[in-house]
Amino acid sequence: MTLRSVVVVGAGLAGHATARALRRQGFDGRLTVIGAEWHRPYDRPPLSKEFLTGTLTEADLSLEGSDENLDVDWVLGRGATGLEPATHTLTLDDGSRVSGDAVVVATGSTARRLPGVPPGVHTLRTLDDAIALRTALQPGARLVVIGAGFIGAEVAATALAGGLDVTVVEAADTPLAGPLGTWVGAAVAGLHARHGVTLRCGVPVAALTGTDRVDGVTLADGTQLPADVVLAGVGATPAVGWLTGSGLDVTKGLVCTALGRTAAPGVYGVGDCSAWYDSTRGAPFRVEHWTDSRDRPVALAATLLGTPPPAGLRAPYFWSDQYGVRIQFAGRRRGDETVTVEAGSTEGADLLAVYRREGEIVAVLGMDQPQLFTRIRRALPPSMTEPGTDPGTDTTAATTLLEVT
Amino acid sequence: MTGTANGPGRRVRICPLSDIPAGEGVRFAEVTPPIAVFHTEDGEVFAIDDTCTHQDASLADGWLEGCEIECPLHASKFDLRTGAVDAPPAKVGVRTHATMVTDGDVWVELSTDAPRLPPGVSL
Repeated sequence: MTLRSVVVVGAGLAGHATARALRRQGFDGRLTVIGAEWHRPYDRPPLSKEFLTGTLTEADLSLEGSDENLDVDWVLGRGATGLEPATHTLTLDDGSRVSGDAVVVATGSTARRLPGVPPGVHTLRTLDDAIALRTALQPGARLVVIGAGFIGAEVAATALAGGLDVTVVEAADTPLAGPLGTWVGAAVAGLHARHGVTLRCGVPVAALTGTDRVDGVTLADGTQLPADVVLAGVGATPAVGWLTGSGLDVTKGLVCTALGRTAAPGVYGVGDCSAWYDSTRGAPFRVEHWTDSRDRPVALAATLLGTPPPAGLRAPYFWSDQYGVRIQFAGRRRGDETVTVEAGSTEGADLLAVYRREGEIVAVLGMDQPQLFTRIRRALPPSMTEPGTDPGTDTTAATTLLEVT
Repeated sequence: MTGTANGPGRRVRICPLSDIPAGEGVRFAEVTPPIAVFHTEDGEVFAIDDTCTHQDASLADGWLEGCEIECPLHASKFDLRTGAVDAPPAKVGVRTHATMVTDGDVWVELSTDAPRLPPGVSL
């Protein structure tokens, strides 16, 4: 059947990249993009850095090129509340219904919030979050960042440069142990102390104090940290709650094949909210990195249009800029790798760490080492998408539609 | 040849072509802004401004595939023939320069167009 209309739910990077890829690959039917925020597609990575400092304005964040005309029907400020997979029909939060020959779910993720906290505790995911945080980050103020992940670390670095007094608290013994491993995580987190930010690890937050407004953080060991501003950087969850009851498998995010198909014909998923089958892991896996959300839509558009997809997807890649140091990571860590330092050092903030499994390089981390990093990144194994090369790709039933109860 | 101001159409000698392995690039910082010279797998030689138009990154450190160079940081790709950019985060193409190989040496004729430098980077 010729595809005459596509509805993309989500107007972030993955949604915009999907619209762009469909048009570039020749789709000339009706294209609708639905976004829960009022903003046209914008770039999120600068929200914790250059946008907070004022180096970049809201206009600079736009993902749309100045001469770009995708001929999209934008439906903005409307969240999706339900999907009927059989009829490709979406329900929006104003009660309206939208349907198309195909539906692409690209609803991204949502910042996790701490329960039961007083007003004034920030999270950072959206442009509106960043505008609120930017207003609050005044020179001389005391900022406590809960969570020493990448968002927390970037905001801490930005706020320190802006003249705030910054403390970062982390419940785990080692920051970034999940994405980078214990040793490398500690090496990267060492940037905080070397730049004058206090990092408290291994002690969970017991309570946030203040009634009308947050005024401090109490740790489980009784430490009181007075605060004028608190940022909770405690992770994000896939924005798929609205699909509960649709019959689609949302147990790991929206479960998809290696090319973005769900179990429902004509319904696809891409970006942070989706878990594509990963041939190197033998399971669906959610990748929440910027570059993957930009690049996978190109493969997805080929899936929709029935043209040959790329044979492989590059190893996942992400970056983080902290304290003027460019941190880059690519590859797939499982936790059983050996890590060797192949250039630079932690102290010099120019570390190049290589992760190997059974002698094969599977991941690499660089701190201000773009050239060496890129060389190794190029050699990392891709995950395969070609039908027939592995189980769970498009020719087999990777996913099954759940019974709707 | 040294200097910091670009004369109109000024030609500069970069290095022997044999100093640039096929599939790689070099950064040439003796002009302002610095340029990057690439030797493709097909044996062609291209020159562009070295600084990504999105943020301060050296494109010579990037990932060369065919006639496209991918920024090492944020993965926008630039066409070495035209300077055009394929996808965000960069939204502006990069300036290109004419190249020639004479007696085994790579020469670049510096463009007189205005460079397109990222926010926060100036000459």
